[in-house]
Amino acid sequence: AAGMFLRLLSDIQWRAAHPKWRRMTRSQRSTSTTAEPHPVSLPAQAQVVICGGGIMGTSVAYHLSKMGFKDIVLLEQGRLAAGTTRFCAGIVSTARPMSIELKMAHYSNQLYQQLEQETGVQTGYMKTGSISLAQTQDRLISLKRIASSLNVMGIPCEIISPKKVLQLHPLINIHDLVGAMYVPEDALVSSANVSLALATAASRNGVQIHERTSVSHVTIQKGRVTGVETDRGRIQCEYFVNCAGQWAYELGHSGEEPVHIPVHACEHFYLLTHPLQEPLSSSLPTIVDPDGRIYIRNWQGGILSGGFEKNPKPLFTEGRNQLEIQNLQEDWDHFGPLLSALLRRMPGLEALQIMQLVNCPESFTPDMRCIMGESPTARGYFVLTGMNSAGISYGGGAGKYLAEWIVNGYPSENVWPLDLKRFGTLQSSRTFLRHRVMEVMPLMCDLKVPRWDFQTGRQLRTSPLYDRLDAQGARWMEKHGFERVKYFVPPGSDLLDLDHSKTFYKPDWFDIVGSEVKCCKEAVCVIDMSSFTKFEISSTGDQALESLQYLFSNDLDVPVGHVVHTGMLNEKGGYENDCSIARLSKRSFFMISPTDQQVHCWAWLKNHLPDDSNLVLEDVTWKYTALNLIGPRAVDVLSELSYAPMTAEHFPSLFCKEMSVGYANGIRVMSITHTGEPGFVLYIPIEYALHVYNEVMNMGQKYGIRNAGYYALRSLRIEKFFAFWGQDLDAFTTPMECGREFQVKLDKGMDFLGQEVLLEQKQNGVYKRFTMFILEDHDTDMDLWPWWGEPIFRNGRYVGKTTSSAYSYTLERHVCLGFVHHFDEKTGEELVVTTDFINQGEYEIDIAGQRFQAKAKLYPFSSLFAQRRRKDEVELSGYQRE
Amino acid sequence: FYLTPSQVNSILKANEYSFKVPEFDGKNVSSVLGFDSNQLPANAPIEDRRSAATCLQTRGMLLGVFDGHAGCACAQAVSERLFYYIAVSLLPHETLLEIENAVENGRALLPILQWHKHPNDYFSKEASKLYFNSLRTYWQELIDLNTGETTDVREALINAFKRLDNDISLEAQVGDPNSFLNYLVLRVAFSGSTACVAHVDGVDLHIANTGDSRAMLGVQEEDGSWSAVNLSYDHNAQNENEVERVKMEHPKSEEKSLVKQDRLLGLLMPFRAFGDVKFKWSIELQKRVVESGPDQLNDNEYTKFIPPNYHTPPYLTAEPEVIHHRLRPQDKFLVLATDGLWETMHRQDVARIVGEYLTGVHHQQPIAVGGYKVTLGQMHGLLTERRARISSVFEDQNAATHLIRHAVGNNEFGTVDHERLSKMLSLPEELARMYRDDITIIVVQFNSHVIGAYQNEE
Repeated sequence: AAGMFLRLLSDIQWRAAHPKWRRMTRSQRSTSTTAEPHPVSLPAQAQVVICGGGIMGTSVAYHLSKMGFKDIVLLEQGRLAAGTTRFCAGIVSTARPMSIELKMAHYSNQLYQQLEQETGVQTGYMKTGSISLAQTQDRLISLKRIASSLNVMGIPCEIISPKKVLQLHPLINIHDLVGAMYVPEDALVSSANVSLALATAASRNGVQIHERTSVSHVTIQKGRVTGVETDRGRIQCEYFVNCAGQWAYELGHSGEEPVHIPVHACEHFYLLTHPLQEPLSSSLPTIVDPDGRIYIRNWQGGILSGGFEKNPKPLFTEGRNQLEIQNLQEDWDHFGPLLSALLRRMPGLEALQIMQLVNCPESFTPDMRCIMGESPTARGYFVLTGMNSAGISYGGGAGKYLAEWIVNGYPSENVWPLDLKRFGTLQSSRTFLRHRVMEVMPLMCDLKVPRWDFQTGRQLRTSPLYDRLDAQGARWMEKHGFERVKYFVPPGSDLLDLDHSKTFYKPDWFDIVGSEVKCCKEAVCVIDMSSFTKFEISSTGDQALESLQYLFSNDLDVPVGHVVHTGMLNEKGGYENDCSIARLSKRSFFMISPTDQQVHCWAWLKNHLPDDSNLVLEDVTWKYTALNLIGPRAVDVLSELSYAPMTAEHFPSLFCKEMSVGYANGIRVMSITHTGEPGFVLYIPIEYALHVYNEVMNMGQKYGIRNAGYYALRSLRIEKFFAFWGQDLDAFTTPMECGREFQVKLDKGMDFLGQEVLLEQKQNGVYKRFTMFILEDHDTDMDLWPWWGEPIFRNGRYVGKTTSSAYSYTLERHVCLGFVHHFDEKTGEELVVTTDFINQGEYEIDIAGQRFQAKAKLYPFSSLFAQRRRKDEVELSGYQRE
Repeated sequence: FYLTPSQVNSILKANEYSFKVPEFDGKNVSSVLGFDSNQLPANAPIEDRRSAATCLQTRGMLLGVFDGHAGCACAQAVSERLFYYIAVSLLPHETLLEIENAVENGRALLPILQWHKHPNDYFSKEASKLYFNSLRTYWQELIDLNTGETTDVREALINAFKRLDNDISLEAQVGDPNSFLNYLVLRVAFSGSTACVAHVDGVDLHIANTGDSRAMLGVQEEDGSWSAVNLSYDHNAQNENEVERVKMEHPKSEEKSLVKQDRLLGLLMPFRAFGDVKFKWSIELQKRVVESGPDQLNDNEYTKFIPPNYHTPPYLTAEPEVIHHRLRPQDKFLVLATDGLWETMHRQDVARIVGEYLTGVHHQQPIAVGGYKVTLGQMHGLLTERRARISSVFEDQNAATHLIRHAVGNNEFGTVDHERLSKMLSLPEELARMYRDDITIIVVQFNSHVIGAYQNEE
């Protein structure tokens, strides 16, 4: 049946029709025979070895060879394009909520369109368009948000009425629809043939392709890939690319030094039918009905329809398992609800005859985003997998970015949301993955509202105060496996349950967070910030200082006890990380970075620090509980607990000191708050955490102390125009572009990474500017709330997107942060963005198609907060200095 | 008009009861995991009764179903009393002495049984003293008769059945000064009841049966399928041995009148029963008791009526047939049920439905389209029906309820049909008995691990 199926999906017998690459590889490798295609012997070495001959592996090979890499070997354990790629439904859809995913899909579409012409291999490319249906108003809002971002990318897209849907696709029952999104340039392909076309082109460019060759493990020495062991011998190589799809996890774990790739397979079903009486046109658009959890495309005069059920069947949890593979059969009972949804959507199909129910396992990741990039522990070990069933949409773009990454050292777009280094060993548990992918697969179709959280795989990393905070009404979210408080529900007040609290409008926690913010402004609040990544760097001599001076843009040669905010920049001056570094002693530094930096920052430092046994880098995240005391009375609470004067004269802003709090000694107190409000962060050895928390809460009572969560923190930092790494800042943003020139010391007396670019930007100006927008005619109670990713319009023209937003309880307005570009009106070329350009424009923010007037600001409101500015003067004054 | 699914459920679940044998230290050392029971009335009031209890002075558990006729008085009395008679029959001499001493000296009595009762299963308080005295007389006799031998379960069961029936008969002959009790003992004696009782102790399962209720063992075959093994014989006209027995006990001249229209003397369906003194006493005794009895009894045509061809009483006995079965690991459950179930379902279906319910595995063959021509609509219909079948399982937390749902609601395809179920349950009282009988079911689940361990010890 499998063999028959391959013929069904691929209209050509690629081997017969296109024997070219095969003959070429053979002539390259052996001169002896033209008879039976005996396996060609493997080369002893290559620059790049790619494992996996599906869409990902062939796309990486294609792009690498195009970029001039010559010495590439692609190994496939079975036959090319015979795994998930073969069974893939072949829908190329650009309707993706995330901008990087959208870009990958858009590129893939363009690539596939010309692939047949380039290679001569028929790809079955057909521009049919796609229609995403909305059964509810909320769904329509989410489609409108996607439509907004497609439009500013120049991808045609429109929101259409149910009647228009019927005109485009006569079989659809539109009675339960409220609207739809039509993307006319979305396409269909035969995914196996696209993969074969890419392989053909790669082969013509010199890539050696070996089928029926499996990689047993990858050898790694001194943190570098040295080669691969296969069942047909060893190949030495500089780069290894793991494109093993659902086997990527196992392959990653097969070597002595494991590479953790958190993917897990789930069964995925779709249905094929015989042609209709009057065969369906091959140009009929693809239908996506997320509320019914199904997609429907035309297929050889009939239909192909599958979906993402609520109760997915994960498999291969214990690794490759013959029994499970053999049991991969049609499961009609499981498919039943999807069949109901299909017949509800297209009642006319009742009499259509079934051809087959295909069971095609797909690999899913813990956060529904694909995985690409270099291993944090093994240099030269690259990964591209975990496509969450959108492999054919992403294949082209993902392969291109990964090839750029290998060739240039970095891809041409910010791919941090997809970077392997966003995960660590903690997401590598099979139990965690099994549970999480069972949540992820249904989420493919679920409505995603602002600030939704995963429900599975929780309570893994917690602060020692978890139970205490939970008992006080804490509501939790998770970041990098760490539980963090969103807000505290006061006793007696009942919030909506999870399902009912989903909204694109004003959320039910609005007043709760408002009162926490008020308390931060007028009294004092405690926020548990233990999740932040904490490293210590120390050395016997000056190595620590020297290394850090090179890796960080600010001047770290400050007196002991000072705290420095600084970017960790790459060669292009972009933020690899944004940290606060305290100089603990002449030779040791304490470094605070965002929670999800734990793996990335570690890898970056390991790769850039000199190999010197006298220079020690230690991850001390787990050693300290961090309590952030925010508010004007924080100083009173702390001085009462420590019998030490904490006023600005004695404890200025950006200062760090070890002191006692209550009975506990050795508490590292820093006068920073991450919000711009006055206050302190206490780094407490974990065994003292409960004691210090209790003391702070008891002492704080008379000052009106209360617990607060991250939502309050976010509102505070955004109204103060504080950028956060991972949200606003990324590897493509320099300090000059976000108003942080004051954190760059070009004249600190030594070279540092990114210096040249920053110098150049200082002289010639920047091409984007981080800007703060205050929504003017936005009704907080009635209008849709901004989230992030909303297009920004200046004088009616698109200039950029927002990166974060929050309601400012002080301004009583919504504040959005985002980047403004200056595109030439005629050529679209990017021009320098000047202060005047920002200031002399009329701005609008597009929220799901509706535009709101916004006032742009390059500096925070200093006057508004003036009366409360006591200890944060140094922090804020930096902005004015520009 | 149809009942909603939740109305149907509230009717079906009104009498359901479950008991799980408590675990000690995380382990259940009993060969019984627990039992589910339920009953669905057709008569108003219901004439079936059920009982379950754990023996506290000996090992083992007792479970029984009792199908009453000509009223529920006899079934009620037997359901209250029979297990005490069995437990006492099983007690060793020393324990009997201890109990007697305690009664003698007004000390607290050792508890003999721990009952597992649904709130609707009541005991008549008024008769408890009378019943206790009869029971005490029985154990006093047992003490006097001390044989010094260990008690054989089979013998104990037979003795208990016979003794209780005898006491019922005597109490009616003697009467009681209290007019309420006097009328009660007469009603008990003039009505009748079958009894099907299981005694489980380790791997030893004894079934004592009197009448046409039935015990059936559910066995899981090696391939996972389910089969049924009967552990009782129905005492009715369909049982040739039973017909033979009755004929042997009476002169040849009565051969033709003994069994008529598949009934004993043309009147009684079960060939063995408790009570029913009309088939046991001489005509003289019957007349004397009825005439001296209360007016209510005198006014009752049925009690005054003497069966035709009534020459050589007794025609009826309460003596049970006892079957012993050694439990094996593949014996997963026991179903005790009154004939209301067995009339509507074949035992093979009972075994499959309960087996699949208990294991949670529904042996629905997966559907494969293969080379067949199937349309989307046909497939959709098929899947909807299969889903309904599974969902009816999930509605029930009780195997007996699940079985009743099938017994009452099954359509010709063996799946529960809500429409049919709703119709059957909404029949008016006077019609219900025409379409179905009272159904009482106990499903006992065995602990295969414990049974396997017993086996290994031997």
